[in-house]
Amino acid sequence: MRTLIFRTTAPYLASLMVLFSIFVLLRGHNEPGGGFIGGLIAASAFAIYGIACGVSPVRRALYFHPTAISGFGLLVSACSGLLSLFEGVPFLTGIWTEINVGVPVDISTVIAFDIGVYLVVVGSITSIALALEEREHA
Amino acid sequence: MAVPGTEAVDLSGAMVLAATPSADWLVVAPVAIPIVFGAVLLMFRHETRIQASVAIIGLIATLACNLLLLLRIMDQGPVVMTMGRWLPPFGISFTADVLGASLALVASLVALVCAFYSTADIGTIGRRYGFYPFLMLMMAGVGGSFLTGDLFNLYVWFEVFLISSFGLLILGSEHRQLDGATKYAILNLIGTTFFLTATALLYGAFGTLNMADIARKADSVREVAPLTTLAMFFLLAFGMKAAAFPVNFWLPASYHTPRIVTAALFGGVLTKVGVYALLRVLVMLLPPERALLSGVIGWVAAATMILGVMGALAQTDIRRALGFVVISSVGIMLAGLALGNGEGLAGTIFYAFHSMIVMAALYLLAGIMNGLGGSYSLRTLSGLYANHPLIAAFALILILASAGLPPASGLWPKVMLVRASLDAGQGWLALAVLATGFFTTLALGRVFILAVWRQRDEAVTAERYSPLLGYVTLGILAVPVLFMGLYPQPVINIAEQAAGGILDASTYIGTVFPEGAQP
Repeated sequence: MRTLIFRTTAPYLASLMVLFSIFVLLRGHNEPGGGFIGGLIAASAFAIYGIACGVSPVRRALYFHPTAISGFGLLVSACSGLLSLFEGVPFLTGIWTEINVGVPVDISTVIAFDIGVYLVVVGSITSIALALEEREHA
Repeated sequence: MAVPGTEAVDLSGAMVLAATPSADWLVVAPVAIPIVFGAVLLMFRHETRIQASVAIIGLIATLACNLLLLLRIMDQGPVVMTMGRWLPPFGISFTADVLGASLALVASLVALVCAFYSTADIGTIGRRYGFYPFLMLMMAGVGGSFLTGDLFNLYVWFEVFLISSFGLLILGSEHRQLDGATKYAILNLIGTTFFLTATALLYGAFGTLNMADIARKADSVREVAPLTTLAMFFLLAFGMKAAAFPVNFWLPASYHTPRIVTAALFGGVLTKVGVYALLRVLVMLLPPERALLSGVIGWVAAATMILGVMGALAQTDIRRALGFVVISSVGIMLAGLALGNGEGLAGTIFYAFHSMIVMAALYLLAGIMNGLGGSYSLRTLSGLYANHPLIAAFALILILASAGLPPASGLWPKVMLVRASLDAGQGWLALAVLATGFFTTLALGRVFILAVWRQRDEAVTAERYSPLLGYVTLGILAVPVLFMGLYPQPVINIAEQAAGGILDASTYIGTVFPEGAQP
C-alpha cells in the first residue's frame, strides 16, 4: 500500500477528512450528521493515515492513546447529562445557554453530549484500526 | 439552535414540567457513577497503581446509592425518572421497584467484594489491559439492566455488560481464554439476536417499549397479536442469558478460563440478570403467556437444576464444577418462575440474592484454594484443613449455603420454593429442588473431602501466598450468607414485596403514568 502517490496524498486526505468530520459533527444538531457518523469519518481518516505512513506516526499525531480519547468522550457525555442535576430536571435533559463571541451563539449540553459520542467513536474505532494495522506489519 | 419563539409553545403535552427532586437521581446514580468512574479509569489506564483504589471508591459510592434507593423504594414505592424530560412512553424511563433495586444492591455488593479481591489477583498487566474500566462498565450495564423501565433500553444495557464481559473474559489473551471467549461471544450474540427480534416484534404489536405501558396495554393487544410467540422468544433469549438447559453450553465452556475474580463476578452476577429479565417480562408484562408456558418452564427448570449438578459431580477442576453449580442454581430460580405464585416468586428472588453472594464467594474460595494448594484440580489439591483451618470453615459455610442446609442462606429460599410447589400441586418440582440440594451436597462435599480433608504426605503448598485478603473478602461475604440463614425475615419481606410488585403491576404503572397523564 505504500505507493508514492498514496503516501503523498494520505496526509492531505486525512486532514481534510478530519475537518469534514468536525463539520458533520456540528451540522448534526438539526440536519443529517452528528457525533457518531462524524466520529466514523475521523476514525477512517486516521486509519488511512496509518495504512499510508505506518501506525507510529498516527499514534504520535494523536498524542493521547485512542482508548483514553474514548474514555474522555464517555466522561464528557456522562457529565453533560449530569449537569441536569443542578437545574432540577431529569438526567440528559438539554440545557441551553447563550454566549456572546461577537455574535450570540447558543450552546447546550446536547452538543457536549454529541462531542462526547464523537470522541468515543473516534477513540474506539481508531484503536481497533491501529491494532489491526499493527498486526499486519508485525 | 433554539428556534425563536419556542417559549410560547405549550410543552405540557410532551414534557415533564414539574421540577425533579434531587432524591430521584438515586435511580440513575447506580448507572451514572460506574460510567463516570469507568470513563476516568479508561483515560488513566496506565496509572496501574491508582486504578484499584479509584474503582473501589466508585463501587462503594454505587453500593451506597443502591442502598439508599432500596430504602426509599421500600418506604415510598417505585421511583421513576424519564430521560430528557419527555413524557414516559416517548422518553426512556428508569423505573426502580423493589425487585430491580434489591438485585442491583446485591450485585454491587458482590462487585465491590470482587474489586477488593482483585487487588491481589489482577497484576499490572491485567490492569494495563483495562480490568477496572471493564469492571465499572460491566457494573453500569448490570445496574442499568436492573433499573431500566424500557425494554429496548434493557437490550442496550445487556449489550453494555456483555461487551465489557468479553473484555474481562480475555484478559490475559491465553489460548484457552480466547477459545472460551469465542464460544461465549457467539452463543451470547445469538441470544441477543433473539432478544432483539422479540423486542422488534413486541414493538410492532404494542407500538411502545416502555414496560409500564406494555403492562397496561397487554390486555387490549392480546386479541390481535401473537403474544405467546413473543413470550416464547423472550423465554429463549433470556433463558440463554441465564444459562437454562438446553441453551447453556456457553457457560461450562467459558467460566473456568478467566481470572478467578472475573469468574466470581460472572458466576455471581451475570446469569441473574437473565433470570431478572425473565421475571420482569414473563411475570409482569405477559402473565397469561407465562401461565401457558409454565409447563415448559417447569421442565426446563428441573432439567437445568438436575443436569447442572450432575455436570458438577463429574468434574475434577473446581472451577468447572462451580460453573455447573451456577447452572443448577439457575434451574432452582426458574422453578419459582414456573410456579408463578407469590411464594414461589419470592423464593426465586430470595434465591437470587443468596446465589449471587454464594456463587461469587465459592469462586473466590476456589481462588484461595489455588493460591494455597497450587492447583484447581481435585486430583492434586489436598490437606488444606491441616495447614489452614480457616479456609475449611469458610468452605463448610459456603457448601452448606449452596446445598441449602442450615445455618446458611440457601435453606429458606428452598423451603419457600418447595412449599410453593407443593401448594401448587407440583410435587415433582419440589422433588427436583430437593434432589438438587442432595446432589449439590455430594458435588461440593466431594470438593471439601478431597481438597480440605484429605491428608497427603507430599501435599503441595504454594509458597509466598498470603490468604489474608482472601479471608477478609470471604468474611465480608459470609456475613450476609449467615444473616440470611439465621434471620431471614427481613430478606423474605423484601423478596415478598418484590414478588408482589411484579405480580400486581398497578403500583409500577401508576408511578410511571400518574393519574391524568395520558400517553
